[in-house]
Amino acid sequence: MSYAKEELLAVTIARLIGDARHVAVGAASPIPALAVFLLRERNGGVPRVSLLQKRSGNPFTEGSRELFDLAGQGRIDVFFLGGAQIDGEANINLVEAEGKRFPGSFGSAYMYFTAGKTILFREEHSPRVLVKKVDFISAPGWSAPQVQRRGGPAALLTGKALFQWQKEKRRFLLQSVHPGSSAEDVRANTGFDYDAPASVPMTAAPTSEELALMRGPVARVIAENYPEFARRVWGAALAVLRPA
Amino acid sequence: MNLSSQQTRHLAGPEALAREIPDGASIGLPPDYSPVAMAVVRALVRRGAKDLKLIGVPVLGLCADILIGAGCVREVETSAVTLGEAGLAPRFTEAAEKKRIKIIDATCPMIHTGLQATEKGVPFMPLRGVLGSDLVKHHPDWKTIDNPYAKGDPILLAKAIVPDVALFHARWADAAGNVWVGRRGELATIAHASKACYVSYEELKPGDMLEDELLAPGCIGSVYVTAVAPAPRGAWPLGVPGAYGIDDAHLMHYARLAKTAQGFRQYLDEFVLKTVAA
Repeated sequence: MSYAKEELLAVTIARLIGDARHVAVGAASPIPALAVFLLRERNGGVPRVSLLQKRSGNPFTEGSRELFDLAGQGRIDVFFLGGAQIDGEANINLVEAEGKRFPGSFGSAYMYFTAGKTILFREEHSPRVLVKKVDFISAPGWSAPQVQRRGGPAALLTGKALFQWQKEKRRFLLQSVHPGSSAEDVRANTGFDYDAPASVPMTAAPTSEELALMRGPVARVIAENYPEFARRVWGAALAVLRPA
Repeated sequence: MNLSSQQTRHLAGPEALAREIPDGASIGLPPDYSPVAMAVVRALVRRGAKDLKLIGVPVLGLCADILIGAGCVREVETSAVTLGEAGLAPRFTEAAEKKRIKIIDATCPMIHTGLQATEKGVPFMPLRGVLGSDLVKHHPDWKTIDNPYAKGDPILLAKAIVPDVALFHARWADAAGNVWVGRRGELATIAHASKACYVSYEELKPGDMLEDELLAPGCIGSVYVTAVAPAPRGAWPLGVPGAYGIDDAHLMHYARLAKTAQGFRQYLDEFVLKTVAA
């Protein structure tokens, strides 16, 4: 069964989220949102999801500081971060690189510590993004043992591959490559060194059950919150779903 | 330090509010999704405000980009500047890359925590996380200490942030000077922590909102509010939750024009400088 790249990335994220109770999804993150809503559809509304960008009906009543207070209390199990640069020690840079200015660090320097686990997600997989050492550490991938830290990186997912974070070794391990890429392609497009098994498996494709859920009830929810994304991924099929 | 508790004044409109904000002031501003006093921001540009320090609580968007592009800003402290779906904030990005403004990079909860320290009248407040980020290296006011209650436990302190001015937009104000902001708690935090608080509003609400049990929890009491002024649709092209939404098409239009200095000038001419004074 054929599927969109976005659908493959979403089911991969869904597997990484596992049995979390509460997932927070930041602005401009339709693929993580698709993953969470797929899980919710399948598991009867679990996990709880907080969409931070939601313009109406967002989950907070005390303003934007409430997200961080929740995270500090240990009430957020999974969060997502990206980066203009991500390096082999899982440091992320959202500030500046090679003279170019990016928006800024947002809450990353805090959420990376306080959320139960963070999934690093960046579709672009290039030596420009995946660098040996970031130019600026917005949020560090690991901390000295005396520094209190509840969470940290769990995995790095890109448009080409899935890496697992090895906390003890402070290195990524290539876990699988997506169809269309290869272990060699990933090595050539990654600026940092990482571990890899002798034979690298393919990222598991979405099952027909997952695809049916995503293209049915989940697509409707996603279209409400991320209309542009929904149109791009499901296009004409969505127009058929819309009236329901 | 004592923060003010004088009677709230009622002013005529955005121009009058903009006149109250002196050159060189530090201004606490909300993000684009919280009502921003855009009409007052445009009036600040018209009056040629200079050397402002913008504090993003905790991030900034369109209002910062316009003020920076118009040359009103000396310094920005924020966790990010972004136009959201419309992409990078072009005037901020260029000013940063050409080093025309000073930027103090922060992270959202450190800004909230610094303001919360001022709310409590204490000089600093601790926050978990952040250690090991380059933000700590560059920020002039953050210090790491050892937790005095547990050995070998480093923790970061946010110095109390006291903006000269809080500036935002509210759905309602009443005659007493109370303003209603609903669940936008960051607005209350900015108001509580600033030396002066200026609020433009959509509509005047009859009666005293603090006597209404349903409205009171969404209010900022007049004790924190220096002056209010009416500005119907005063957040446009941004929105007021529950009243009107963000004008996405206008934001995209702005993002396209503001990519160049010339396009930004054109935007100012059309949407900022020609606007008739309220």
